[in-house]
Amino acid sequence: METRRVPRAVSDPKVRQVGFFAPGAPPDRSQSGPPHPASSSPPVSEISPSGNSLSPVMIPPPRHLSADLARGPHFSPAAPLSPMRAARDSIPVGSYNPSEFVAPTASEFTDDALSPNWTARRSNSGKFASSLPAGGFDMSSLKQNNFPASSLTTVSIVNMPPGITEKDGGAGVEVQKERSKTGSKASLKPLKEQTTKAERRAIQEAQRAAKAATKGDGSKTPAASSGLGSSANANPGKAAKASPQKKDNSPVAASEKRGSDRPQDKDRKKDVPHPRMQFDDKSRVEKAKKRSVVKQTEAKNRVELFRHLPQYEHGTRLPELESKLFQLDPVHPAVYKVGLRYLAGDISGGNARCIAMLQAFQESIKDYSTPPEKALIRDLTSKINSYVSFLIECRPLSISMGNAIRFLKSKIAKLSLALSESEAKAILLSDIDRFINEKIILADKVIVRHAVTKIRDGDVLLTYGSSSAVELLLIHAHELGKNFRVVVVDSRPKLEGKLLLRRLVGKGISCTYTHINAVSYIMHEVTRVFLGASSVLSNGTVYSRVGTACVAMVAHQFRVPVLICCEAYKFHERVQLDSICSNELGDPDMIAKVPGRKEIDSLDDWANSDNLQLLNLIYDATPSDYVSMIITDYGMIPPTSVPVIVREYRREHLWT
Amino acid sequence: MDFQVVVLAGGFSKTLVPLVSKEVPKALLPVANRPVLSYVLELLEQNNLKDLIVVVESESAALLIGGWISSAYVDRLHVEVAAVPEEIGTAGALRAIDHHLTASDILVVSGDLVCDVPPGAVAATHRRHDAVVTTMLCSNPVSGSTESGSSGGKDKAKKHYNIIGLDPTKQFLLHVASGVEVEKDVRVQKSILREVGQMDIRADLMDAHMYAFKRSVLQEVLNQKEAFQSLRRDVLPYLVRSQLRSELLLNGVQSEENGNDKDASQNPKIVLSQLLANASTPSFHELHALGPNGFSLSPRKTHKCCVYIASKSNYCVRLNTIQAFSDINRDVIGDASHISGYSFSAQNNIIDPSAVLGSKTTVGPQCMLGEGSQMGDKCSVKKSVIGRHCRIGSNVKIVNSIVMNHVTIGDGCSIQGSVVCSNVQLLERVVLKDCQVGAGFVVTAGSEHKGESLAKKEK
Repeated sequence: METRRVPRAVSDPKVRQVGFFAPGAPPDRSQSGPPHPASSSPPVSEISPSGNSLSPVMIPPPRHLSADLARGPHFSPAAPLSPMRAARDSIPVGSYNPSEFVAPTASEFTDDALSPNWTARRSNSGKFASSLPAGGFDMSSLKQNNFPASSLTTVSIVNMPPGITEKDGGAGVEVQKERSKTGSKASLKPLKEQTTKAERRAIQEAQRAAKAATKGDGSKTPAASSGLGSSANANPGKAAKASPQKKDNSPVAASEKRGSDRPQDKDRKKDVPHPRMQFDDKSRVEKAKKRSVVKQTEAKNRVELFRHLPQYEHGTRLPELESKLFQLDPVHPAVYKVGLRYLAGDISGGNARCIAMLQAFQESIKDYSTPPEKALIRDLTSKINSYVSFLIECRPLSISMGNAIRFLKSKIAKLSLALSESEAKAILLSDIDRFINEKIILADKVIVRHAVTKIRDGDVLLTYGSSSAVELLLIHAHELGKNFRVVVVDSRPKLEGKLLLRRLVGKGISCTYTHINAVSYIMHEVTRVFLGASSVLSNGTVYSRVGTACVAMVAHQFRVPVLICCEAYKFHERVQLDSICSNELGDPDMIAKVPGRKEIDSLDDWANSDNLQLLNLIYDATPSDYVSMIITDYGMIPPTSVPVIVREYRREHLWT
Repeated sequence: MDFQVVVLAGGFSKTLVPLVSKEVPKALLPVANRPVLSYVLELLEQNNLKDLIVVVESESAALLIGGWISSAYVDRLHVEVAAVPEEIGTAGALRAIDHHLTASDILVVSGDLVCDVPPGAVAATHRRHDAVVTTMLCSNPVSGSTESGSSGGKDKAKKHYNIIGLDPTKQFLLHVASGVEVEKDVRVQKSILREVGQMDIRADLMDAHMYAFKRSVLQEVLNQKEAFQSLRRDVLPYLVRSQLRSELLLNGVQSEENGNDKDASQNPKIVLSQLLANASTPSFHELHALGPNGFSLSPRKTHKCCVYIASKSNYCVRLNTIQAFSDINRDVIGDASHISGYSFSAQNNIIDPSAVLGSKTTVGPQCMLGEGSQMGDKCSVKKSVIGRHCRIGSNVKIVNSIVMNHVTIGDGCSIQGSVVCSNVQLLERVVLKDCQVGAGFVVTAGSEHKGESLAKKEK
C-alpha cells in the first residue's frame, strides 16, 4: 500500500495544477500570453521536456490504478472539478456511482426460471410434429401473419411440415413463437413433475436475492449498492460497514474492492479483442482465418518492417463479403451494412466510424430478443462480441471504437437481472444515445468553445486532412465573426482535405489548399496549427492520420503552436513511442493508382514484381514534444496531463 | 437480412411458342431436364433465401407451377405462389401483390434467369449505398456458338441492344435505354451529365432482371404511375431519369431537418447526421443535393440508382428466346456445367443408369440422357439433351438438339439444331434441321423440314 501511495503523493499536486489550470482559466485570459502554455510557441519546449521526464513516473500500471480509483469519490480530484465544469457547460457530469455488481449466481437463477418454458416448448414442438393435421392450421396462421391483407390471388403453398419450420426458422419465426407461447401455457401443468427441481432451485435463488436486496436497501449510502453486488461472494455485512469509512483504506474495504474489481479486469481483457495480434505469427494467423467470416487473402508484397500488421488484398474482400450477404445469419443487417461501408471506405474518421457503429448496435439491440434458455446479459454480450469481430474483419477498430465498445459492454454487464428485456433494451439504447451525445457531440461543442478562444483576428490557421472537431471549430469561429484564413493541407491518396475545403469554402471562409509536400513553404505565414487526432495516448503521443506528425514537426520548427482537438473518449492508456508497432495498413492499390490519370499508372502490376513493396500507412504517432496543447472536453491541457485524464476519468468514461 | 424475394415466373410466353404450350408454361421449360425455374430457386436456396413469393401469370400456369414447386421443394423452401392476370407486365404483377410486400427491401428476380451470381452481392450493393434501386448487369451472352451459328437466324435479327450509362466508378446507373428507343437518337439528360462530369456508355451489358428495390419507393412509384407496365421499360428508366430531381418521399425527413439551419447547431441529431455525412465520401447525388456552392437552404432531393456488374467469369443468361433456350441447354451441360448440379461421367456426359442403349450407339461428350429412355442400335448423339422415357429407334442422329420427355423417334431420323417438345412422334426417316416441334405433334414419315416451327393447330 505504502509504495503505491508514495508516487501519488508526489505527482498529484503537480498534475492537478496542470489539469485544473486550463478548464478553470477564463476564456479572455488566453490573449495575455506567458502564463498559458500554448498562447505562444516558446513555452512549448520549456514545458514538454519536464513533462516527459515526469510522465513515466506518474503512470501507474493500470491494474493498481483501477484499484486505487475504486477507492471512492472522496479521493479523486474529479469531485471538486466536476461541479465547476457542470456549472459552466451544463453537462450532466457523471459522478462516481459505484456500479451494481453482477452476481455470478444470478444468471443461473434466470436460467432456471426460464427452464419450464423451455422444456414446454420442446415438448410442444414434438406434439406438433407428430400430428399431421396441425400442418394445415399452421399454414393458415402463417399466411395471416405474414400478409395482413391477403387477397384471393395468393395460392399459398407452404410445403414445410411444422417439424421443419421449427428447425429452419426462416419465415415462420413469429408463428413459432406464438405457437410456443400458447403451447407453453397449455402444457405447463402436465410438465410440472419434470421441472420441480429446477423450480425449487429458482425459488431458493429468488429468496436469497430478495434477502440481499433488503439488506442493501437498509443501508442507504451510495456505496451500499456496491455492497449489494459483492454480497454474493463476500460478506454483505462487512461491505456495508466498510463503506462509510472508505477514506481510510481499511484492509476489509480494500480486499473487498479488489474482489469486485477482478472480474472487471478479466472483462477488460476480453473486451479488447486482441488489438495487437502479430500478423507475422503464422500459426495464429491461420487460426484467426478459420474463425473469420470475411475471406481474406493476405497481400503478397508486404513491407518487412510492417509484417506484424494485417494487410489483405483489398480487391477480393468486398465482393467476397457482398456475395455472402444472405449466408451471414448471425450478423445483424445494420451491423453488416456498417461493416460493408468500413470495408468499402465509405465511412472514415474516428467519430463517424464510432457513431455509425454505435447506431448499428442500437439497431441490433432494438431487434434483439433473448433466446429462451439464455440470460440477456451473457447472450447480448456474446452477440456484440460477434459483431465486433465481424467489424474488425472489415477494418481494424479505431481506438475510439474500442473505447465505445468497452463502454457498451460494461453497460450490458451492469444491467440488473431484475429488469425485463424491454426495460434492459431501453436502458441500453438510451445509454448509447447518451454516449454519443455527451462523449462525442457535446464534447465537440466544448472543444470548440475552448479552442475558439485561441483564434484571434488575422490569424492564419493550418489544418491537415479532415477532422470533424477542427471543422466545427473553424465554422464556429467564422460564425462568431472572427477574421481569419485557413490553410488546408492535404495528402494523397484519400484527399480528405478536399471535402473539408469544399465545405469551408461553402461557408464563406477564405481558404488556401495545398498538399503536404508544400507544408514547409506555407508554414511561414501560419500562426496556429489545429489538428485532429484518432487517439491521444497516455505519454502524450498523438495518434492520428498519417502526415500529422510531419505537419506538427514542421510547425514546431517554425515555432508555430500546434493545438490538437481530441475528445476525451479517444484517450487511451496505452503508451506508444513509434508508429510501427501498432498501426493500420491501407489498400496499397490506393497509392499505386491515380484515378483519372491512366498515363502515369506505371505501378499497375506491382503485385507481380517481387522486389517492390508498397506501404500505405494509415496512422502515425506525433511525439508529445511537438504538441503545444491538447484541447479536450475537460479543457485545454498540455500533453503531459493526458495520463491524468485517462486515470481520473476512465471510470466515468466506462460508467458514465 | 430483411429482404423479401419475389420471383417473376411469367406465364405462357408468346415468344417461346411452340416450346411453351398449355401444359408447359415458360417457367417449367426443361433446361438439362430440370425446369428453368429450379435454377433460380436453387440459387436462392443456396443463399439462404428460403422465403419466396412466386408470381405467375394466369391461374392455370400458377396451378402447374405451384404443383411442381410443392412436389420438388417440400421441406426446403417456403414458397407462396400468386397468380396474376395475363398481359399485366412485370410492374403490374408487383402491383398486384403489393400488399404482400412488407420487408424494407425487395429483391425481384426473373424466373427465367439461369445464373450463378450470388443475389447477396446485389443486395449488399443496394444496402451499402442505400439505393432506391439496384440492378444487376451482366455481359451480353454470346448468342449461338460457332457450331450452331447457322441456327436461329431470325432471332438474331431482332436482337435488341441496351444502352447503359454508368458513372466512372461503375456504381451508379445514369442512363438506360433499350430496344426500340436505341434506334432513334439517344437522349442523355444534361443535368445528370453535368453533375457526374463523365459517363461511360456501354452496349455490352445486359439487364439480368435481378433488382433490389426499396419497398417504399417501389410501392410509391407503382401506385402513382398507373400506366407503368414493365419494370425494365418503365419503372427503372423513370427512377434513373428522376434521380437528381426525386419526387419520392424517402428524403422527406431529412429535408425537414435541414430546413431550419439555425436550429442545426442546437439539435444533436442534426449535428450527428452532418458529422456522418461529412465523414463519408459523397457521391454526385449528395453534391448535387447541396447545390452549387455547397450549401443551399432547401437541399434538392435525390435518390440513388446503383448497379452491380457481374464479373465475366459468372454465367448469367435469361431464357427469353428460343435461341437462348438452346444456348442455355448447351451451356448448362457444357461450359457452365457447375450450374446444373449434375455430376458428369468420365466421358463428360450424363447418362441415367436406367437408360438403355443399343449396340454401337454412341453418346458424345456434353450430352444428357434422361431416365428410362431407350435408344436403338447405331445411334449417335452429340451435344444434345434427351429427356425422360424417350424411345428412339435405330440409326438416329441427334446433334445440337433438345429432345424433351416421352418423345418417340422412328428409325433413320436425323435431328440437327432442333427442339423437339414432349410427346412428339417422329416417324421413320424424318430430317429436321433448325426446327421447333411443338408438344404432341406428329411428323409424318420421310418428311424433311428446315428452319420451321411445327406445332399442332389450336382447335
